[in-house]
Amino acid sequence: MTNSFSEFAKAKMFFVIGSNMTEAHPVAATFVKNAVMKGAELIVADPRRHALVDHASLYVPIKVGSDIAFINSLMHVLITEDLYDKKFTNSCCVGFDELKAKVMEYPPERGAEIAGISVDLLKETARRLASVKPAMLCYTLGITEHSCGKNNVMSVANLQMLLGNMGVECGGVNPLRGQNNVQGACDMGALPNVFPGYQKVVDPASRAKFEKAWGVKKLPDKNGLMIPHMMEGLVDGSVKAFYIFGENLANTEPDIRHVEHCLESAEFLVCQDIFPNETTRFAHVIFPSAAWCEDDGTFTNSERRVNRVRKIVEPPGQAKPNWWIMKQIAKRFGHDWKSDSAKEIWDDEVSVLAPSLSGIKYYRIENDGLQWPCPNTEHGGTCFLHQDGQFSCGLGQFMPVDWTPPREVPDAEYPMVLSTGRRLYHYHTRTQTGRSGGLNDLLGEETADISPIDAESIGVNHNEKIRVISRRGSVEVKANVTPRVPKGMVWMAFHFREGNANWLTNPVYDPETLTAEYKACSVRIEKIFKKKGRIPFSF
Amino acid sequence: MPELEINNRVVSFKKGQTILEVAEKNGINIPTLCYLAGAAPTGRCRICLVQVEGSDRLLTACDTPAGEGMKILTDSPTVRNARKTNIEMLIASGAHNCLIMDQSSKNWTENQSKIMGQPWHNIMCPSYGDCRLQDLAIEYGVRADDLELNYEGHPLDDATPMIVRDFSRCIGCGRCIQACNEIQVNRAIPEPYGPRKDHSQGWYPLVDYDYCTHCGQCVQVCPTGALFEKKAFGKAAANEIKKVRTTCPYCGVGCQLWLHVKDNKIIRVSGVENAEPNHGRLCVKGRFGYDFIHSGERLTSPLIREKDGFREASWDEALDLVANRFKDIIKKHGPDAVAGVSCARSINEDSYQMQKLFRSVFGTNNIDHCART
Ligand code: SF4
Ligand code: SF4
Ligand code: SF4
Repeated sequence: MTNSFSEFAKAKMFFVIGSNMTEAHPVAATFVKNAVMKGAELIVADPRRHALVDHASLYVPIKVGSDIAFINSLMHVLITEDLYDKKFTNSCCVGFDELKAKVMEYPPERGAEIAGISVDLLKETARRLASVKPAMLCYTLGITEHSCGKNNVMSVANLQMLLGNMGVECGGVNPLRGQNNVQGACDMGALPNVFPGYQKVVDPASRAKFEKAWGVKKLPDKNGLMIPHMMEGLVDGSVKAFYIFGENLANTEPDIRHVEHCLESAEFLVCQDIFPNETTRFAHVIFPSAAWCEDDGTFTNSERRVNRVRKIVEPPGQAKPNWWIMKQIAKRFGHDWKSDSAKEIWDDEVSVLAPSLSGIKYYRIENDGLQWPCPNTEHGGTCFLHQDGQFSCGLGQFMPVDWTPPREVPDAEYPMVLSTGRRLYHYHTRTQTGRSGGLNDLLGEETADISPIDAESIGVNHNEKIRVISRRGSVEVKANVTPRVPKGMVWMAFHFREGNANWLTNPVYDPETLTAEYKACSVRIEKIFKKKGRIPFSF
Repeated sequence: MPELEINNRVVSFKKGQTILEVAEKNGINIPTLCYLAGAAPTGRCRICLVQVEGSDRLLTACDTPAGEGMKILTDSPTVRNARKTNIEMLIASGAHNCLIMDQSSKNWTENQSKIMGQPWHNIMCPSYGDCRLQDLAIEYGVRADDLELNYEGHPLDDATPMIVRDFSRCIGCGRCIQACNEIQVNRAIPEPYGPRKDHSQGWYPLVDYDYCTHCGQCVQVCPTGALFEKKAFGKAAANEIKKVRTTCPYCGVGCQLWLHVKDNKIIRVSGVENAEPNHGRLCVKGRFGYDFIHSGERLTSPLIREKDGFREASWDEALDLVANRFKDIIKKHGPDAVAGVSCARSINEDSYQMQKLFRSVFGTNNIDHCART
């Protein structure tokens, strides 16, 4: 997020696109709703009429995967009606002419048609967006989990720059991070191309710095593999040993059958986790690890705030802190690592090596955490980025992008779109929520959410089991008939093994970020007919 | 800046502030029950009464705007007596058996056994020792002696998994309504219509479960034992609890929470007030999704695969095996034949350590995590 949660309650205008905030980030949504109660405008663009829409002043029911066309047309209106921020685009951005040329290919009629909305609604959206400044743009995985995810992200950034909503309080581009510490895992360099603090592995100076810090001769100089390529590597034999720490890939990756095939192919698979799960079944060795509350440490939230996590209890049995396990492996390779606690790792290594984190030390985050960039211990942290149009690479760069449809689009055989996400009562594959008393009672099984029209057309009732079929597989799951889902859409989650949407999802990826297209694939739904035989009387 | 007098002390204030806010700013304590920061004051409980010169009745500090030249007394005998009467009425309105202890012996046992016989009353009130009403009753020397206690006919709602709503201890303060409607904005507890309603008119803050998200904000703000967490019932007394601050393990908001811990076990969880980013708010996962760590299904020993199953192994054996296999594979096929996935749920320090292991020890950049999901 370029901006902070504390700005939500003060904001005057929100544009929320592809974010089911009330379920996926419930507390963030409360601040948005508070602002709306105080008179802020809320525009929601989403294929689903999710609960936040109940608070919106304008709801734009765009079709799954139409984001770029929709946003390009919004920008078309802003430019042709002269509603954009000329001062900001002139002084703080480059590439306006290229952007203009591109969005001129998207007159409102084109964007409206692709998005499945009226031209008037599209124009109204653009005008309203321009009417209040600044506006906060929030998105979640509805933007990123597409084969054009990266372009989607550039598209929303273009829009906010054009509106002059960057580098200001209560503005900015604000992706709400899905998991508690995705931000942190990125910051720590658990990525194939960067060291901690986003220092590139292909940069010789960065490598030299880390070689010195880690006391090694030569660090690898080319980017590594991303998860989908690792999985392929397992099958084609280029990856032999695979070390999975705390991820249940067998349920969270698209196309479960394929994923299981990959895991099976590993010559040597190590899993490190707190519970046995679908993925550990394939392991050769399983390390038991300390869970939340069993180790001290830090998480970094979506607004870049480094918060403390505290230990209250020893891990059960032989389970050990994760960093300890990795340290023991390093030792067996002859590397003697000095740090012997999460605090030492952070204070003596991370904050020393990552410039944006230099000012964050454990003693400074006993209570509220600090937001990076925080370059020194006198610095109070940074609430919003790019202040006064100062982008990290100088000027803001417009990145004109073209709309591309999802890789799989509905056809005669699979006429509906399946889109997936999370629900309020569970988290991912329920390794944690499924074992917390009461949550299974609040939501005990997967459902397929469908519109009343589609339910009627195949003749099923609410709560009746249906079959959802894609080119990858098929699941039997209860229909949740709800007007929140539009005609032609099936919406599912991946919390339960049975009826898990990932039996169906399409393993195609954004070419650059390799994010899977969880938000769009094609399916058909069927009524499940009882076995042949006499239909018993029933009253 | 305009000025006024509180307890004979001249203080300045900003226009638009209430008497309560001015007092708080100046370190003068006015007790409240129904007042909820962040929500519009309602003046419902009438505990924050103060005396203002020239006014023929006592005024509620929470919703009376401060005025130039006001002369306010916050702790005069008149004020204290009025508050005491109001606290007595609240105590008498329900089954507050902690204070029945203070009754004369003539009907103590009878009342006590009647109350203990109600559902969810087999232990002392779950809020014992952590209750605003109890604190005030003690501070104001309220005796339940002459009060006719009303412990029957109140609704009880224990139908949902997380929260028990025992309206025999509800004082009608309305904080739960405000927490739900104005703070969390779930609008699950309908506002009473018309003039202020209370139990004598048969009104209770009942929940509409079509809207309730089970966030438990109402429980957190309830000043009595009317609303409590089912999972925490009977597990610990308030004085046995140690509070530890930590960060929620679920979504990217990173809410700050208090773990209420007894004997190394989490008894319940509440939101940290006045803290970034959540200001005391939590959702259902953050508040109730804590007990997985105590599950009996945890992995507790290193495991090594054997034929169809796994066998337990020592750390040394398991670590040696992994190190040797990785060494072999790297020797035979090069460092890029190993790959790893880190965990976006675990602490920063673990991810740092894992990428360090892959880069500096194994010699590959094949390290990733579910960054994009
Ligand atoms: S649990 Fe949350 S949603 Fe339900 S009544 Fe209480 S505050 Fe409202
Ligand atoms: S349930 Fe609790 S918070 Fe709600 S009105 Fe009654 S006493 Fe007040
Ligand atoms: S309490 Fe809810 S909103 Fe807050 S971090 Fe946890 S999961 Fe997210």
